[in-house]
Amino acid sequence: MLSPFRLDLLGKYLCYAIVAVGISLAWGRGGMLTLGQGVFFGLGGYAMGMHLKLQDGELPDFMSWSGVEELPLLWKPFANPVFALAMVIVLPVLVATLLGLLVFRQRVRGAYFAVLSQALAAAFVILLIGQQGLTGGTNGLTNFQYFFGLDLYEDADRRILYLVTALILGASYLSVRQLVRSRYGQLLVAIRDGEDRVRFLGYDPALVKTVAFAVSAGLAGIAGALFVPLVGLLSPANLGIVASLELLVGVAIGGRYSLAGAVAGALLFNYAKTIFSEQWPDGWLYVQGALFVAVMVWAPRGLAGLSHQFRDALSSRRKVEVQA
Amino acid sequence: MSALLEVRGLNVVFSGFHAITDLDFTLQAGELRFLIGPNGAGKTTLIDVITGLTKPASGSVRFAGEDLAGKREYKIVRAGVGRTFQTSVVFDELSVLDNLDLAAGFRRRMTGLLRRRHGISDDVASALDTIGLGDLADRPAGVLSHGQRQWLEIGMLVVQRPRLLLLDEPVAGMSRDERDRTGELMQSVAKDHTVLVVEHDMAFLRRFASTVTVLHEGRLLCEGTVAEVQADPRVQEVYLGRKERV
Ligand SMILES: Nc1ncnc2c1ncn2[C@@H]1O[C@H](COP(=O)(O)OP(=O)(O)O)[C@@H](O)[C@H]1O
Ligand SMILES: [Mg+2]
Repeated sequence: MLSPFRLDLLGKYLCYAIVAVGISLAWGRGGMLTLGQGVFFGLGGYAMGMHLKLQDGELPDFMSWSGVEELPLLWKPFANPVFALAMVIVLPVLVATLLGLLVFRQRVRGAYFAVLSQALAAAFVILLIGQQGLTGGTNGLTNFQYFFGLDLYEDADRRILYLVTALILGASYLSVRQLVRSRYGQLLVAIRDGEDRVRFLGYDPALVKTVAFAVSAGLAGIAGALFVPLVGLLSPANLGIVASLELLVGVAIGGRYSLAGAVAGALLFNYAKTIFSEQWPDGWLYVQGALFVAVMVWAPRGLAGLSHQFRDALSSRRKVEVQA
Repeated sequence: MSALLEVRGLNVVFSGFHAITDLDFTLQAGELRFLIGPNGAGKTTLIDVITGLTKPASGSVRFAGEDLAGKREYKIVRAGVGRTFQTSVVFDELSVLDNLDLAAGFRRRMTGLLRRRHGISDDVASALDTIGLGDLADRPAGVLSHGQRQWLEIGMLVVQRPRLLLLDEPVAGMSRDERDRTGELMQSVAKDHTVLVVEHDMAFLRRFASTVTVLHEGRLLCEGTVAEVQADPRVQEVYLGRKERV
């Protein structure tokens, strides 16, 4: 059995793995380099965090510190658990759908889309920090006692929470795998490899891409919502530009074209991050950057694609020998 | 007989350059028409306008009585106009069969797309047969030769049952054998489709064309049978001026 501390970390990694499943769909299959998944992670997380802060019926602690005396209108509906749970998915999916339809219709793609999604993460952080009284500012939301009847300070209850998270990861994995193998999944790959051609087959690529983007956003939202009770804290630092990039780096290392690779990559990367940043906090940022560049240059298919790459290398060597 | 495609008073301008000028062009249902003209004559541009890729400066394009102006590309395809591109694009990672299935399913709604393919639909099977790639059905399209890719593209069009097919230089870069096979494929497709083919290989034209339209510098030069067009002094001048034999 893992010690509670390690188990805590594992719970966090599982959340990142759920995000990775979505990134593998949007980026690996759909070719959308989304550098702003933190936004959707945050939307789901804040929706859940707001609900958890209201469970004891009192004004959230940070509000009284910043001089807010009455519960803001925006917060009120989040007291309702059904509403809050719905918002965990609805908010990220809605934002991704609107954004997707807007930018994919305008044929924004490739690096332009990447930069745009990153700018969205930056803007979201600015918004959160600016609205101190509504969002808890830089500190974010902390101090959660209960999660739907589970006591977050009880080890036994926490174990149930990990189990739920693991089950949700499994369910996400299986559903996205189903999606990838369907006709829709093939269409998505076709759009990644020849968007204009697909348009002249009579499909609307913007719509198809938006669906994948929205699914990835919904998964990030769910992951964010689980992150809150598991980690006990959600702040802008968990969803800004750097955090959004980190969500992607794990997937790149594991292999974006392979769902299992993406999940394993996210788990491994975040485990490495824990170890490294405990030992050598300043160096981690560089290690991470170097890893990302190395993978993109030498192993664009990630760890999961190494055997594939190896095969390609062998067969091209054989071809050269035959020609010679 | 009513016209399937009617282009009237078409002008296309690319930042000051007139790619097409005052073009009228009519295609009757059931025709197999060849469109020729020296490089830069505006042949691809005409196809781009019909399929919504390029917006004209003025003029109208009517297909089956319906105005195509301002329609988005995929809606024009759904109205029954299919096209290929000068450089063939098939989806390398998908199998030949899946390429055809993807094309065949373009009217499926999102919910219908969420299922996996089981078996082969009749349309796909007959298209596979028409293009003669049955043996390669389960291989990824990435392994196909240049000619086979073009045939797959034509198959992907046919399986959509369009009313009008626009083929942009389908035999460019093909071997002699491949050209003949493509010509035969085209004639069999033309039996129950209206087809417009852009091509300037004269040998190919003499063998497979009946009616030919000649474009030159964005204008209609002449129209007629292969023999008429070949005998036209203006056509000879245009082609001879460019050191090409008609
Ligand atoms: N998107 C574009 N922008 C500017 N000029 C273009 C564009 N597309 C085509 N042209 C020009 O219009 C003319 C006609 O091109 P095109 O229709 O491709 O000729 P072709 O008859 O060889 O297919 C050429 O001179 C070409 O350079
Ligand atoms: Mg051309």
